[in-house]
Amino acid sequence: MPRPGFVLDVDRSTPPILFHHGEGFRLEKLPPGRSRVIYPAEPIEALKNPDGAIRDALVNPIGDSEPLTALLKPGMKLTIAFDDISLPLPPMKRPDIRQRVIEAVLELAAAAGVDDVMLIAALALHRRMTEDELRHAVGDRVYDAFAPQGLLVNHDAEDPDNLLFIGETEKGEEVEINKRAAESDLIIYVNINLVSMDGGWKSTATGLASYRSLRHHHNPQTMRHSKSFMDQHKSELHSANWRMGKVLRDSGVKVFQIETTMNNNVFGTEGPMSVLQKREWEWSLKDRVTVAGMKTALDHMPQRTRRSIFNSWQAPHAMTSVQAGEVEAVHKLTTENVYAQHLVQVEGQTDILTMGLPYISPYNVNSILNPILVACLGLGYFFNLYRGRPPVREGGVVIMSHPTPWEFHPVHHPSYIDFFDQVLTQTHDPVVMSEQFEKSFAEDEWYRHLYRTSYAYHGVHPFYMWYWCSHALEHVGQVIIVGGDVRAVRRLGFKPASTLQDALEMASDVVGRDATITHLHNPPILMADVS
Amino acid sequence: MRPMPITRKQATRLIKRLPVNRSVSTASRTGSRVTRMAKAIVKAPSVPAGVDLLKKEKNVGSSYDTDWARSYPARVARVLILNGVLKPIIDLLATPTIHGTDRLADLEGPAIFAANHHSHADTPLMMTAIPEPWRNRLFIGAAADYWFTNRVTSPISALVIGAIPVERTKVSRKAIDQSLELLADEWSMLIFPEGARSPDGWARPFTSGAAFLSSHSGVPVVPVFLQGTNKVLPKGRNIPRPAATTVVFGSPMYANEGEDSRAFAARIQEAVAALGDESATDWWQARRNAASDTTPSLDGPDAVSWRRSWARTSKAKGQRRSWPKV
Repeated sequence: MPRPGFVLDVDRSTPPILFHHGEGFRLEKLPPGRSRVIYPAEPIEALKNPDGAIRDALVNPIGDSEPLTALLKPGMKLTIAFDDISLPLPPMKRPDIRQRVIEAVLELAAAAGVDDVMLIAALALHRRMTEDELRHAVGDRVYDAFAPQGLLVNHDAEDPDNLLFIGETEKGEEVEINKRAAESDLIIYVNINLVSMDGGWKSTATGLASYRSLRHHHNPQTMRHSKSFMDQHKSELHSANWRMGKVLRDSGVKVFQIETTMNNNVFGTEGPMSVLQKREWEWSLKDRVTVAGMKTALDHMPQRTRRSIFNSWQAPHAMTSVQAGEVEAVHKLTTENVYAQHLVQVEGQTDILTMGLPYISPYNVNSILNPILVACLGLGYFFNLYRGRPPVREGGVVIMSHPTPWEFHPVHHPSYIDFFDQVLTQTHDPVVMSEQFEKSFAEDEWYRHLYRTSYAYHGVHPFYMWYWCSHALEHVGQVIIVGGDVRAVRRLGFKPASTLQDALEMASDVVGRDATITHLHNPPILMADVS
Repeated sequence: MRPMPITRKQATRLIKRLPVNRSVSTASRTGSRVTRMAKAIVKAPSVPAGVDLLKKEKNVGSSYDTDWARSYPARVARVLILNGVLKPIIDLLATPTIHGTDRLADLEGPAIFAANHHSHADTPLMMTAIPEPWRNRLFIGAAADYWFTNRVTSPISALVIGAIPVERTKVSRKAIDQSLELLADEWSMLIFPEGARSPDGWARPFTSGAAFLSSHSGVPVVPVFLQGTNKVLPKGRNIPRPAATTVVFGSPMYANEGEDSRAFAARIQEAVAALGDESATDWWQARRNAASDTTPSLDGPDAVSWRRSWARTSKAKGQRRSWPKV
């Protein structure tokens, strides 16, 4: 029986706490008496027969939807869209959940005599997936059957010939999505719902959309009104996507939604990485030797080697549920299943929120976590992993631990380099940068070319990463990064600190000397349910 | 002193000519004591006249006891032979392309790997292609009248390929009982349900052995399609030649409620045929063919030999047609 997540009050006997620190770790002693640590739940039980559960979900849909067997007909045009490389994190061991689901769908399509099938990686403005990444996601069998014929493609949000304007929401938001998908008799969307933000109408309305459509909800105003964007009912990001979903539905676009959840078995129960998933006071002698050995070895390795070791890690995530059918009904149940793994009850807010940032975020899979992505991971994702109220009080301090190297992947993140040099030197205000700089980056022909033909994120993507931080930047009084590149941290507008003790000393200037401290022991992922 | 009637030299010569002493004197002259002892050990004692010998229990063929081949030292030896000898040879000669191992991701416990059978190269190819952990606890049902014929081939078969003898020429429960015991003891099995190598590259009808064992043990059958081994070492040849091979693993299969072994065996054969179709075309086309009941069969057209050979060589992509050898 897996143990639920809980909050530990730190006392004198509490051992040093593990902080992720990029491609490495730190062990930090938190001040006793005024600190607490939020621990995630242990991995919940996986489905015994995932393939059987998928087949069962397809023929027993949720909500107002016919079984998939009844929706598939000879001569129809079928599009299968699926989540891109940003999910799950880290990439999972084969077979990927998308492969399982897509194979099950195609089995039914073959039995129904459907010939016109196309698969689309719904990547919105993310970089295109490479052949290896697509093979990993959909499996070799599906890739070999469809990709050589051009029937397995990456979505192109800048291809004017393959986008279709559908209409506008009642708030004037334009809805434009992939033409092939829009003109299909049926879109089957295959989701991996790693966190509660994923899925629902966001899948189709964002994953298959164009910049023209995305800009209506990927902006500072929307993000500041999403408290948090992990909580659908208090998220303007979701409201906008749901409005767009209504436009899609009313225009006749038919979506059969398949959502899956997974447990947070990120580092496994065996092997050297498994210690990262254990609670510190339960570390055995072997675990302690492992941590010491890993830390020493990693500290002496070149950055490139460390990165390649961590990027090669594939998590033994396992599927915990699968829902299929009508979009909203499916998403409601999926969200409950995500919460079952992630939610941890937390009483009250804190003055100082600490977090150890790992090596990976949704936007640097097989890549580099550059300073902008460090900010987005901490203030965008980790900060927003709450329901109710933020774990840190308004005007409080966030302390993040990450090396924050002044380093960018030149192929994946070309516009990030210019954003770092040209925009962050001028302003850190998301509203100002959206008004003064966004358009020139979004419509830059060179970035557009790289997005469409190379493996680059869209020119506007670094802006979106900064917008992701909008809520946190507005909410907190100060952000400190421990152990980061001083120049890079200052460029981000944050304060650098050498040690956690220094950071706490600096934070005391803002929140006082007896400030309370809460540490998010994440990953594995947790979501604070703050009362 | 009275003189001897003959001299010592003459006496020695006389003794040598006596038939009764000849062997003794020859042995003493031609071999050392050690040699004599060795000969005494090697040479079977003569049987006195009028004595009936006890009938010795035969320890070859289907009676050969292979338990020792699953002991820990034997398993270690087999892993060394497999990785040190067989795998390099297979990689060199067969250059296998392996698909479908991801279908085994949810499989826990033992499995019965059931493959089509073209060649003696199938066994070492499968032994190196089956992924761990099944590879390390694997036994093979091998024809007793071929692999266990004498005291040299029997231990080699048991040790190198982990074989247990299976009687092909008469009905016997011994192999079935032993297989069920081993499956219950978490050993996986490799079996070629055709019973013998294909004579012309097309499969023979699958017998119900794998299906029977699966139904009675609850262990799933993993269908496996092999292609190309008939070029590496076809039936009738003793010298292998390099050729590309393909191994495609299918999803584990269980007997349906109330399904008899023959029907299950037919389903296994269909699954192997679908994997063959997947290998020749692609997965999506194979699924469509399976759905429309047009999966090419494994056993080929019901026609004369040259037309069967013609059909076989034309079905695979990139293969040249060839006339059968006469």
